[in-house]
Amino acid sequence: MTGLLSRAAGRVAGRRRSRPDPLVADLVAALGPDRVQADAAARYLASRDASIFSEGTAGPVCFPASTEQVQACMRIAARHHRAVVPRGAGTGLSGGAAPLGSPVVLSMTGMNSVLEVDLDNRVAWVQPGLVNLELSRRVAAHGLHFAPDPSSQQACTIGGNVANNSGGPHCLAYGVTSAHVAAVEVVLSDGEVVVLGGLEAEPGGYDLRGAFIGSEGLCGIATAVAVRLTPNPPAVKTMLAAYPDAASAAATVGAVIADGMVPAAIELMDARAVAVIEEFARAGYPRDAGAVLLIEVDGMDGGAAIQADRVVAIASANGAASVRVAADEAERARLWKGRKNAFGAVANLEPDYYLHDTVVPRSKLAEVIEAVGEIADRHGVSVINVFHAGDGNLHPILAYDSRIEGMTERVAAAGEEIIEVSLAAGGALSGEHGIGVEKRDHMDKMFSPADLDHQNRLRQAFDPHCRMNPGKVLPSPHSCADIASLKAADGALWG
Amino acid sequence: MELTAPRAAPGAGPGAAAAVDEALAEFAAEVGPSGPVCVRGGGTRWCQGGPGDPEARVVAAPAGVIDFEPAEMTVRVRAGTTVADLHQTLAAAGQRTALPVRPSGTVGGALAVGESSPARLGLGPVRDALLQARYVDAEGRVVTAGAPTVKNVSGFDLCKLLVGSLGTIGLIGEALLRTRPIPQTERWVRAAGADPKSVLGQSRTAASILWDGSAVWVLASGYEVDVEADLGELAGLGDFEPADPPELPPHRWSCSPASAASFGPERLGGDGRFVAEIGVGVVHADRPQPPRQMSPGAARLNDQIKARFDPTGRLNPGRRP
Repeated sequence: MTGLLSRAAGRVAGRRRSRPDPLVADLVAALGPDRVQADAAARYLASRDASIFSEGTAGPVCFPASTEQVQACMRIAARHHRAVVPRGAGTGLSGGAAPLGSPVVLSMTGMNSVLEVDLDNRVAWVQPGLVNLELSRRVAAHGLHFAPDPSSQQACTIGGNVANNSGGPHCLAYGVTSAHVAAVEVVLSDGEVVVLGGLEAEPGGYDLRGAFIGSEGLCGIATAVAVRLTPNPPAVKTMLAAYPDAASAAATVGAVIADGMVPAAIELMDARAVAVIEEFARAGYPRDAGAVLLIEVDGMDGGAAIQADRVVAIASANGAASVRVAADEAERARLWKGRKNAFGAVANLEPDYYLHDTVVPRSKLAEVIEAVGEIADRHGVSVINVFHAGDGNLHPILAYDSRIEGMTERVAAAGEEIIEVSLAAGGALSGEHGIGVEKRDHMDKMFSPADLDHQNRLRQAFDPHCRMNPGKVLPSPHSCADIASLKAADGALWG
Repeated sequence: MELTAPRAAPGAGPGAAAAVDEALAEFAAEVGPSGPVCVRGGGTRWCQGGPGDPEARVVAAPAGVIDFEPAEMTVRVRAGTTVADLHQTLAAAGQRTALPVRPSGTVGGALAVGESSPARLGLGPVRDALLQARYVDAEGRVVTAGAPTVKNVSGFDLCKLLVGSLGTIGLIGEALLRTRPIPQTERWVRAAGADPKSVLGQSRTAASILWDGSAVWVLASGYEVDVEADLGELAGLGDFEPADPPELPPHRWSCSPASAASFGPERLGGDGRFVAEIGVGVVHADRPQPPRQMSPGAARLNDQIKARFDPTGRLNPGRRP
């Protein structure tokens, strides 16, 4: 959380530049002048993602248009002993795209085509810069969609989804990105192109596709992705259950799962979330609710109706004051609009927010939410809970005003305690935002030295010199080569 | 605002400190830090990945269901447990896993081999069932991959690397698996002469569609009312009647879904028998698939993975996925 400092450093570095840098000259020679930006403004834009983390300063920013250009960038960076950091739309929330070590930044947003829609195999080959929601729009005419639907889906890219193994509300029933990617064309740190996975049912060798997905840009850069397309369900029922408190909403979640159903989505929003969402989006949530659950079931008509009836009964038995079933598509869209705009709505409350992300067993939801509330109170921070309750994926939003002295530190302290209670409840550090720089130094709370050693072995098999996105995910004692990669840039012009 | 130390929360300890139970510790000791070693489950896929080194010491993973939480839809099980025993335990709560059931086949074997059930279309692939694995590495240490939750992106996905790795990365001792509800109804039906692609396009309940070049079998799965409705629609595509599923020929081919749906006996020398999994791409045939070529880049990555995780090549020598 050193935003101001690194911003200032970036400006100084920009002014200091007086003659063409040999690295920039090589990149321009390979990509053309329009596809390389080395001015302070471009580098500043590439130095942040959507998180509150602002470590690092971008080196030259490249906008490759093809796999060959990505290869050229990788080879040039290697020749100049510089790290490479890929970035998509910059919607990441863990600082995964933060440019540590003044790297060459590869902005992939220009490679945004749908290369092929292969209906016989129900896959589409797409470029990594394609926006998630645009993909679903492009295949909608075939009655298909791309199932992962992160809240940022109007902006986030498929490449970013692959890097972070992104989820979204509907991953409860349909699975996260890894389950929806058949193959990835990857440029490795030495510039070699390799296709991981394949359209065939059981590609030979190790599941390198699976190992690559979620590797946060540390294993290479995806230049084409074969995404699986999911048929749209014929029937969808969306319900909003209002509760006097979050505990009864959380109890409903476990009861629904224990009843033998896997709904398409179960989202929980607490009282404060309901208030800010209603103010912002007018989604029709009852303003006096202590918590609401947005539950969606789908399938064929008969089964969806059976599931909806069961959900209504279970919600009522667990203390729901009301359960509304969306009567039509417009009402359904309105209910979801509230959920999907929750993070924007928080801006009405405080100027800054830190969106956290941990996972706990479903049975521990109620007690962990309570503990999160106590932690926030103790640190004098507002907390808003809007999260994927169905898979135990908490997203406490810590809303604050960074202009108040000491507030940023209080938010950081509260964030750490939320990690502690989540892990102590048998949970995980991150359900969908990834580790990045945000949770890198917490990894040893979840994993033993041997576990981290093995994660580092996987990374080094792909990138032995640790030139790809160094300084992320693994705490430094477990990624020694990172240090060399980060130090290489210290004396460089862009430092 | 005064800072105070985090309170101890209820529940199990953090993953880093999670205890290795006696059975897992004994298994790790048995594997030890040196000498060629291979792990054997039920032996149902013993020839997979090439002939193993006969000199390698044979070890077996411990057995037993450790913890089943129906409301979490997860089960923690020792790798030596047979899938059939596991599923018997889960069935009491109306659940099962995506692992294929073979007589005497174990959980560890199913994960190490990585072959999915013929109902992969409905159940999903084996690789998506593994949430957390505890395995013994080449140095004899117990390593944990993944998280104890149904969703996790904390670090690299070593679970994916383990599934299908034939015990060449580490020997799985314990697994946390995702479970799924057993549907209200499951019924096999068969129609001679139906078009498999049309059936795939039409059916909303098929957990498996098998095709032998002339007949189509469908495993209709879900709520009774949906299965009835779906079978009603399928009647327009063929004369579907209740039937047993076909016997699957012994060899497994891996194709794209489109290629499996247009498979023909010409690919088996003209007279071969096959059963294709429509929508998936696995084809069961009466002769083995010709060797597939891995690209040089992928082959190099595979070699690097093996070299990093097992530098002396002691884990399951002779075999490679």
